[in-house]
Amino acid sequence: MSRHTLSVLVENKPGVLTRVAGLFARRAFNIHSLAVGPTEHEEISRITVVVDVEEHPLEQVTKQLNKLVHVIKIVELDAEVSVQRELLLVKVKADAATRSGVLEVVELFRAHVVDVVPDSVVIEATGTSAKLDALLAALAPFGVREIVKSGTLAVGRGSRSITDRALERVRSA
Amino acid sequence: MGQPNPTPAQVAARTAPRGVDRAVGEQVTGAQSIVRSLEAVGVENVFGIPGGAILPTYDPLMDSDRLRHILVRHEQGGGHAASGYAHATGKVGVTMATSGPGATNLVTPLADANMDSIPMVAITGQVAAPAIGTDAFQEADIVGITMPVTKHSYLVTDPDEIPRTIAEAFHIASTGRPGPVLVDIAKSAMQERTTFSWPQELALPGYHPVTKPHAKQIREAAKLLATARRPVLYVGGGVIRSGASAALRRLVDTSGAAVVTTLMARGSVPDSHPQHLGMPGMHGTVPAVAALQKADLVVALGARFDDRVTGKLSSFAPHAAVVHADIDPAEIGKNRAVDVPIVGDLREVIEDLVPALQAEQERVGKPDVEAWWHQIDTWRETYPLGFSATADGHLAPQHVISRLGDIVGPDAIYVAGVGQHQMWAAQFIRYERPNTWINSGGLGTMGYSVPAAMGAKVGEPDRDVWAIDGDGCFQMTNQELATCAINDIPIKVALINNSSLGMVRQWQTLFYNERYSNTDLHTGHGTLRIPDFVKLAEAYGCVGIRVEHESEVDDAIKKANEIDDRPVVVDFNVSRDAMVWPMVAAGVSNDDIQYARGISPAWERED
Repeated sequence: MSRHTLSVLVENKPGVLTRVAGLFARRAFNIHSLAVGPTEHEEISRITVVVDVEEHPLEQVTKQLNKLVHVIKIVELDAEVSVQRELLLVKVKADAATRSGVLEVVELFRAHVVDVVPDSVVIEATGTSAKLDALLAALAPFGVREIVKSGTLAVGRGSRSITDRALERVRSA
Repeated sequence: MGQPNPTPAQVAARTAPRGVDRAVGEQVTGAQSIVRSLEAVGVENVFGIPGGAILPTYDPLMDSDRLRHILVRHEQGGGHAASGYAHATGKVGVTMATSGPGATNLVTPLADANMDSIPMVAITGQVAAPAIGTDAFQEADIVGITMPVTKHSYLVTDPDEIPRTIAEAFHIASTGRPGPVLVDIAKSAMQERTTFSWPQELALPGYHPVTKPHAKQIREAAKLLATARRPVLYVGGGVIRSGASAALRRLVDTSGAAVVTTLMARGSVPDSHPQHLGMPGMHGTVPAVAALQKADLVVALGARFDDRVTGKLSSFAPHAAVVHADIDPAEIGKNRAVDVPIVGDLREVIEDLVPALQAEQERVGKPDVEAWWHQIDTWRETYPLGFSATADGHLAPQHVISRLGDIVGPDAIYVAGVGQHQMWAAQFIRYERPNTWINSGGLGTMGYSVPAAMGAKVGEPDRDVWAIDGDGCFQMTNQELATCAINDIPIKVALINNSSLGMVRQWQTLFYNERYSNTDLHTGHGTLRIPDFVKLAEAYGCVGIRVEHESEVDDAIKKANEIDDRPVVVDFNVSRDAMVWPMVAAGVSNDDIQYARGISPAWERED
């Protein structure tokens, strides 16, 4: 198994996410993470989906996604030539005795504390999956109370935009 | 060119055969807009049944002189009728149902059409927009339920969107790889005022089926076909859907290759053609199965390497290079790795491939396929399709079906259910034209035959339409005989009544030590005959004929064929022990095909 990141540009229509997620389920493809949101063009939404598959099934994933009428374009973003980030919010036990240790970890990982109460803090961090795993490992001894993670977001490096050409299609249709 | 420019009215008349397809901003109700849209898109027949949420649409439907609505007795019947109509005519079949149970009864026909790539549009009523999501009376999320089994679907709550949605639905259903599209329309949208305009601009930025094949791939395919020594054309249902039969005939003749036609492609090449080896797969002919196993080149045309064709996939056509042409890119390489992939409409693919092959043959000469044909002919002589007499003295079902094909002939349309009778009908009737063999291939929907035959007869009223059905299948959907009798749709039903769920029974005989768990239906000779199919036919206003002896078979078929003022059901009481042969057991290699029980061909050793 290898991990692949797909950017799926879709029409901003009701039910699109259901169609994409349903397709993964019924074709027995494994989703590792999925994130969806608007783009710079209101007609287009962008789904970033990370899948664990071999090369051949990945081609099937892409072809099957392309058959969905609302899918406009699919681009695989290679980790080497793209920026890929996740967002983490984690609630950690931190009282007067341990807080400085927690804050030291926060500092080391260039994370932020976004909420403080006498016995815990909430830490916000962004980064690659590996960095966030390392942060969580460093925080574990203090006592992790709650973890919330987003799916991976990814964008290609350089000046080219994958949404521009997709937009032409939407506008000319 | 010396002619005056056409007036706008003339242009409109050209694009709109019946002249009323242009409208700009007419004030109507949503329901009227639905009816107008269906008329404008060219619909002639609708198979449906009304209920609460679709009621507003049935009112203007009554006034339409262009839409014939046929009132079915069950929504599943309406869906399969639309499918049979589409199968026979190539046009989009249309079915209509109400919300909730009306819509859920369409799930099976939609899934069936999705598997067999049938162009179909289902219009369903939905509860009023404000009630959606409240578990209202007869509410079901039919868009959600059918998402995995439709090509696309719509939920319409704004009446202004009705014409464009219906235009898009028909476009999607009928182009690319055809399939079923569901349009679910809220009752409130039918009742509100809106404007109707036609034609409509489609807004489908993500939908661009590729129909024109890549020239380089065509040349590659031609090169392989010009030099192969053991070539086989593996023809699937895509050839029928794309209307490529005539073009295919030229490819067959030019290539000199062997041809096999799958269950979905029977009739795409005439069975009388000398290069045609019949059907491949689990119940295919020995020559067709063997040719694929021994081929050095398989050219798949609108076929999808289904498990019922390939047997154990890893041992299918082990020596063959593969050319795979299909309009659906996702089919190519899905099951079998491909050497030359071609994405395109089959007719365009084959029309491009024939001249490319001719050019290649001029360069390298005609391929030497003589040894190949010598080997194939040996298989054909040794293992022809056939059947043996029954041990219990009752009618052989294969005899009945053979006689039906011989007497009724290749101009009729034959529509099967699913099971033994379906396989025998695929094997023992000789098909000479496309769209004359209709069945449920992919989903294997028992009960398909009677309603699909009804739809086919509506689409092709001048042809004889014979449903070939089993006693199990027939009991699932025979209520549509009422629809046929009342609406002057005189189909004929050849009931291959072996008093059991025959195919399941065959597997119990072969794989479950003859333990016949729940397969006895008590409908045949020497049983309670519940129901009595002759009486049942008569109760439905049809003619019922019972046949128990071989001497009565021909007369019954001829008599049925002469009756044209109402449906006919011929109850052929056949032996329950007859089995479908040849057979490749599920999951084993096609090399292990059995010609008859315990008899496997001895393949020549190859090194």
